[in-house]
Amino acid sequence: MSYQLETAAHPTRLRRIAIDTVSRVEGHGKVTILLDDRNQVRQVRLHIVEFRGFERFIQGRPYWEVPVMVQRLCGICPVSHHLAASKALDAVVGATRLTPTAEAIRRLMHYGQILQSHALHFYYLCAPDLLFGFDSDVSRRNIVGIAAAHPETAKRGVLLRKFGQEVIRITAGKRVHGSGAIPGGVNKAITAEERRLLLEDIYRIIGWSRDAVHMIKTLHAQNPALYNSFGICRSNTMSLIGTDGTLDFYHGSLRARDGNGGILFDGVDYRDYAQLIQEEVKPWSYMKFPFFTALGKENGWYKVGPLARIQNCDCIPTPLAEAERREFVDYCGGMPMHAPLAYHWTRMIEMLHAAETIKDLLHGEDILGSELVVSGQRSPEGVGVIEAPRGTLIHHYRVDEDDLVTMCNLIVSTTHNNQAMNEAIRHVARRYLQGREVTEGLLNHIEVAIRCFDPCLSCATHALGQMPLAVELLDAEGALVHSLSRNDDGRLDAAAL
Amino acid sequence: MQPRIVVFGIGNASRGDDAIGPLLLERLGIWLAAAGHAPEFALIEDYQLQIEHALDLHGKRLALFIDAGCATPVPAEFYAIGATRTFPAPSTHALTPQELLGVYCQVVEAEPPPAFVLCVRGERFELGEGLSVEAQAHVESAWRKLMLLCQRPDAEHWRALAARETLQKGPKGRDGALPFPSGPPLQIPPSQ
Repeated sequence: MSYQLETAAHPTRLRRIAIDTVSRVEGHGKVTILLDDRNQVRQVRLHIVEFRGFERFIQGRPYWEVPVMVQRLCGICPVSHHLAASKALDAVVGATRLTPTAEAIRRLMHYGQILQSHALHFYYLCAPDLLFGFDSDVSRRNIVGIAAAHPETAKRGVLLRKFGQEVIRITAGKRVHGSGAIPGGVNKAITAEERRLLLEDIYRIIGWSRDAVHMIKTLHAQNPALYNSFGICRSNTMSLIGTDGTLDFYHGSLRARDGNGGILFDGVDYRDYAQLIQEEVKPWSYMKFPFFTALGKENGWYKVGPLARIQNCDCIPTPLAEAERREFVDYCGGMPMHAPLAYHWTRMIEMLHAAETIKDLLHGEDILGSELVVSGQRSPEGVGVIEAPRGTLIHHYRVDEDDLVTMCNLIVSTTHNNQAMNEAIRHVARRYLQGREVTEGLLNHIEVAIRCFDPCLSCATHALGQMPLAVELLDAEGALVHSLSRNDDGRLDAAAL
Repeated sequence: MQPRIVVFGIGNASRGDDAIGPLLLERLGIWLAAAGHAPEFALIEDYQLQIEHALDLHGKRLALFIDAGCATPVPAEFYAIGATRTFPAPSTHALTPQELLGVYCQVVEAEPPPAFVLCVRGERFELGEGLSVEAQAHVESAWRKLMLLCQRPDAEHWRALAARETLQKGPKGRDGALPFPSGPPLQIPPSQ
């Protein structure tokens, strides 16, 4: 767990490749690679170049506005922020235990979000790389390329997304800016007709999710040398764990394992997160670097998200996903898997689990209940933690007597994975960029490693004309000798100077 | 009545001028309701266009995308778009309107409805900021254009308006797309 290649000894004498911005991740990121005169990689960094200031955005607002406001932090996972904030503010209104119906509806919303987010990532962002190859023609590496070569796969991606969005619409009230979860419960019951609509499709969704697991499993089996080693970054892992060690995305206690799979801590109340985790600031990135306090900065960094969750839990409480988890564990030979491409396999196991859980929730008695809200003794502070699609999401608020938020601390999923993403691209750079000509295909290897984590680096700024990608190659004296840019429609322009 | 015209308002209301799309969409909804035309229009607001939005185009005879643009000529531009056929690598989870039309072609296996973009110049996109003073003026200008469009939601009429803008301002459109869709004649998919 060293920081090799984070800082070169004499960076000014090296030539620099900048990938600006990283494509197919959410937000603004930049990768710089410094090469020496012999084209040896000397320094690799993933920079996050946008400062967001989320906490300041929330402070001073009435607490009851927060679950709706925080959805505007992210255009990709607004429901995760909505639910994490609602959980934190449950404590503020004294709702120590929700009604069974409120919890079932929140869970349904959350598992719908997990399903649609994982579907988007797999079918739209990753399948092109995995099915066509990292070096394949860039014009094919997209969902239309998938649609041309694998039309049924592309359709399933769209329809899985649509189903997940329908779950969110029904539970949250709207497709976006929903207000379904409120401090103390939910404000919208589910009708029998809405349940019937979702049940009509759920068995097909489960089947497709299972097929997706089989697809990624087959890819691993076809090329284990690549899938088991590409971008490998051995680290600790952390996630919420439900009752009896089960996989649970909505609620539980914190468990962490070391790189060998040994337990570091378990059963920790997530309200004590600040005692477990610290965040280091580095001058070259706006994104902080969290680490376990007990292990220190160098050894305490960790991974979150599907690869961590599937290996951290003892079992999955739905049968099809549990069978797939067992197969994954067997594939890994009983040792933790640290290769980032395995995120895709575990992500699809989670998608299958989400689909099965949606079915179970819809068949459950609680989902059609009418008792939606509880309250109790007011508290000035609340912490809410959920497992968002990309990993553990922490919301922490303090509220004054005038109901205004005085303190807000958010640790978003991607931040937990910051060091792991940096380590993954260092491994890839060392393996694939040493002394080689810089091509789009090679640079895409770096991006493939980052995409495994499905990072959400920024949130929800969308305007036509943004998101260029520029690659610059500088010689040892810092002079630009070659550039490669991806303009805002994704096409590449190369210029030799 | 099933809506036959779909209008997307794209953007985040809490990110400064990124709110332009949602604001214009909200105003349009009020105006359409008052005019008794709301049932003809499906109004869809979202932060970004994503693949499932392709299904919102199905059964429509006309589509309009309202968005903010940071390099858009002041105050706004209006142009026709076609489906992206070559579909370059995307830079984000989100799709451009042209890419969304391309996804529609592949997934629905039909030509998309005639589609247009009303892109309004934005200046600042920071979290927690309101609409900039400049953008407020641009929105007023765009609103007048939007009312004109929705008073006569007809593809030929919209093409003529777009062509007139093209003559006045020169060819436009994101990624160098022609102001008119290329390729075979468009076929309107059957209503749902």
